[in-house]
Amino acid sequence: MIRVTHLVKKFGDFTAVNDVSFDVAAGEIFAFLGPNGAGKTTTIKMLTTLLQPTSGAIELDGINPQVQQNQARQRFGIVFQDPSLDSELTAWENLQIHAVLYHVPGKIARQRAEELLTLFELWERRNDQVKKFSGGMKRRLEIARGFLHTPRILFLDEPTLGLDPQSRNQLWTHVKRVNETEKVTVFLTTHYMDEADRVAHRIGVIDHGKLVAQGTPKEIKERTGTESLEDAFLALTGSTIRDESAGATDQLRQFAKMWSKR
Amino acid sequence: MKVIYILWLRELKRYLRSRVQIIASLGNPILYLLVLGFGLGPVFKRAGNGDYLQFVAPGIIGMAVLFSSIFSGLGLLWDRQFGFLKETLVAPVSRMQIMVGRTLGGSTVAVMQGILITIVCLIAGFRPTHWSAIPLALGFAALIAINFAALGMAIGSGLQDMQGFQLIMNFLVMPIYFLSGALYPLTDTKAVLKYITRADPLSYGIDGMRNVLGSPSRAFDPRLDLLIMIFVGLAFLVFGAYRFSKIEA
Repeated sequence: MIRVTHLVKKFGDFTAVNDVSFDVAAGEIFAFLGPNGAGKTTTIKMLTTLLQPTSGAIELDGINPQVQQNQARQRFGIVFQDPSLDSELTAWENLQIHAVLYHVPGKIARQRAEELLTLFELWERRNDQVKKFSGGMKRRLEIARGFLHTPRILFLDEPTLGLDPQSRNQLWTHVKRVNETEKVTVFLTTHYMDEADRVAHRIGVIDHGKLVAQGTPKEIKERTGTESLEDAFLALTGSTIRDESAGATDQLRQFAKMWSKR
Repeated sequence: MKVIYILWLRELKRYLRSRVQIIASLGNPILYLLVLGFGLGPVFKRAGNGDYLQFVAPGIIGMAVLFSSIFSGLGLLWDRQFGFLKETLVAPVSRMQIMVGRTLGGSTVAVMQGILITIVCLIAGFRPTHWSAIPLALGFAALIAINFAALGMAIGSGLQDMQGFQLIMNFLVMPIYFLSGALYPLTDTKAVLKYITRADPLSYGIDGMRNVLGSPSRAFDPRLDLLIMIFVGLAFLVFGAYRFSKIEA
């Protein structure tokens, strides 16, 4: 479903993603793990047409997203690390706008929105403005929205960041259910190793822009001779802390924190 | 077409739902109207230029429209990282549609702000030569709105942090306003100021409103006002669309 071959992304002298290749089969849940600044988000941005790769090839459901951008976009849904809902609008309105942007016919859109809101336990709150939602509810709504146009692939970039264990657990239950019922391929990144261990069928570990391991959680643990995925991850990527200097985006996040509760 | 419509509708809904914000954004223009309109009135009259309130009202309407429209574009900075914009950028629609929908939405909201200020001006004692002039004046307000929503979009597309936002505010938005002849007549500006004020597109938008509303101290021919607003507006739209197409989220 996703095929990446010799993918490279350079920003000036800095190589963010260095010769990465992997395959994700249809219907699979693939977790992409790595320390901060390892190249996870850059890879997701390239997969989702937001960044152009320096070299290498990407194939999504048989389509090259660099050439057939809109066809590729129609085939995937994405949940970003930062919120992307319109908080002044209601949950229902957010879904309706999404339907128009993805050319889903009105009747199908309403039907599907109802199904997804019910599944994600938001139907009762559909006419409330999103700004009145908790962090977990907003996340669920974003994921429901990502599924609205029946994509073949769903990208989740750290979807559980800042959520309590209850919300995280519930969120993954929903994602797994849609993955099974609709055979949607899921590509996710997270810092919670226990989640990756429980949810993902296969895992890829990236560090300093290079893919250092891939396989099932069991294979990775066996290869490193460790008990938990967390230990395996530390064995693969070392225990040095990656102190990135804060960029403009981090400053904005800081600012956002001051003004909102999320 | 449906995409443009829904994005336009979204801006409108957001505006109509934020009542507190509507009131808050009227505060500044009303302050200017009262303080300048009544404070400078006697001086203006003594200088032989007629009624200052009649003169300044279009300038105050222009102010409300300018700020509202340019902020709709500058808001991209925020919207790109924490808002809805990202959702639209990965959707299978062209950047052009998104840009047009947003610019039209921002302009419509700005004109509605302009209408509210017009009502306030009328209450304060402003009187156009004829009531039928008001729709024409709002036509000029719409041109101002489109011009600066597009310019805001062009700048907002490249903004990276809050400091940049402050910089634009102090070195672009405020000068555009104060150098536009919104608050003083452009008829007898001298030397450098004369050229600067004539290079400011807002000058022509506000002068256009003065022309149709029959305010004193008009500086240019109304046809010139109209032509310049249309041409500069088109240029800003092209510039805004180009810059918007270059956003890397």
